Amino acid sequence: MSEVKFSKEHEWITLEGDVATIGITKHATEMLGDIVFTELPEKGSNVEKDGTAGVVESTKAASDVYTPVSGEVVDTNQAIVDDPSKINEDPEGSAWFFKLKMKDQSEMDSLMSKEEYDKFVKESAS
Amino acid sequence: MEIKKTSLNKLHQSNNAKFVEFAGYEMPIQYSKGIIEEHKFTRSHSGIFDVSHMGQLFIYGDESLTDELEKIFPLDLKNLKQNCSKYSFLMNKDAGIYDDLIITKIDQGYLIILNAACKNKDFEILSNLLGTKFKMNLDNSRSLIAIQGPKSAKILNSIINGVDQLNFMTGNWFDSDNQKLFITRSGYTGEDGFEISISNNKAEKFVENLIEKGAQLIGLGARDTLRLEAGLCLYGHELDINKTPVEANLRWAISKSRLSNGGFIGSKKIMNQMQDGASQVRVGIKPEGRLIAREKTKIFDDTENQIGEITSGTFGPSVNGPIAMGYVDKEFSKVDTKILLEVRGKKHPANVCALPFYKKNYVKGVN
Repeated sequence: MSEVKFSKEHEWITLEGDVATIGITKHATEMLGDIVFTELPEKGSNVEKDGTAGVVESTKAASDVYTPVSGEVVDTNQAIVDDPSKINEDPEGSAWFFKLKMKDQSEMDSLMSKEEYDKFVKESAS
Repeated sequence: MEIKKTSLNKLHQSNNAKFVEFAGYEMPIQYSKGIIEEHKFTRSHSGIFDVSHMGQLFIYGDESLTDELEKIFPLDLKNLKQNCSKYSFLMNKDAGIYDDLIITKIDQGYLIILNAACKNKDFEILSNLLGTKFKMNLDNSRSLIAIQGPKSAKILNSIINGVDQLNFMTGNWFDSDNQKLFITRSGYTGEDGFEISISNNKAEKFVENLIEKGAQLIGLGARDTLRLEAGLCLYGHELDINKTPVEANLRWAISKSRLSNGGFIGSKKIMNQMQDGASQVRVGIKPEGRLIAREKTKIFDDTENQIGEITSGTFGPSVNGPIAMGYVDKEFSKVDTKILLEVRGKKHPANVCALPFYKKNYVKGVN
């Protein structure tokens, strides 16, 4: 598996072969608060880089989930739809959102490393 | 304008509060445990709420004060006993609601608790109506602390002996730490609880004492989910200047004895609506599944006609599902009516349901 990459919209992504797994970061869940509703893209649909690919709602508000890369949705995580609180518990592990079959792996290049993302979060907080 | 802070601001900070601006005040929306934990803790133990941003209006006067206030509020104040409280409204002549409030008869006058966002305008309206005959004090020197939940009576009574003898919607003065506190058995969470009016300079120590006895600070986020589960209105959402108490399904708050002769501001409209019904009314709404329908969500019937709008919607932690309130055309207001909610461009099924979503635990007859 590739190293984990991050987007400015607070998604994380890993690549295995040409299939990317995408979720939201721990920092994102801390900003959102308790997540109580999740909507995921349909299997078989195509999503475009930086386009919306789902919704998370906390007790406070609804937020769009963006996809950091383009591709066809090959799997979604029903467990977080059935119990959205799993996203708060393990956002960067078992609570992944969807898997994409990527068309253009070079889209990964513009994303941030862990170190760059942590710096980005720190800077946007100040 | 500079943001205002309550006397508990430092305490909120040291308890890792996340702040939001609310009605010009920096208020805690939640602490480190989060809204759901805070909500559940209030339902099972005891939560402390800083509601010092709300207005505490003391009005003093002779017996004519009661007559004057009866020209304003739809209440039978002449028969209200001292230290008893009533929920009511400040209305315009069309029965549009300026504010909803709690009024308590106290020695030589009344104490009215007003919403933070409305309090200054309320003061102006009431000053104009009452003239200069009575002493009015929108008291900024006092904080207001609510303690809510099943363990609250025991916790508060261990600090101020005797509060557990108060009945629901009554209050009294109590002595503690060399000062007088006005305490009512009331609140806005659907739980048994108290609201404590206390001098600003004593508030922090008092709350620290409550925390020591096992209560915990709760933010405005959980206050909102708690009141919504209890089916209670929030001004600016369920209530505003374009809504009447009858439309808001708050007929119970209008004293029966005032309906025959009227004589309060808005009485004509109220009496007409009581007779003919209002064209739109407030209802409880339960979306099917887990979908959350928030404020401003459009409500449709099954033939694509818009029949109303959601005024508050969230996830109810104790209900363990989505809940909402809104206004619908009268013919759709019956419990179990099927409706559709438009969320993100799609229509989702929901049902009109009875309020509250969560059953209350008020203490009625102590004495």
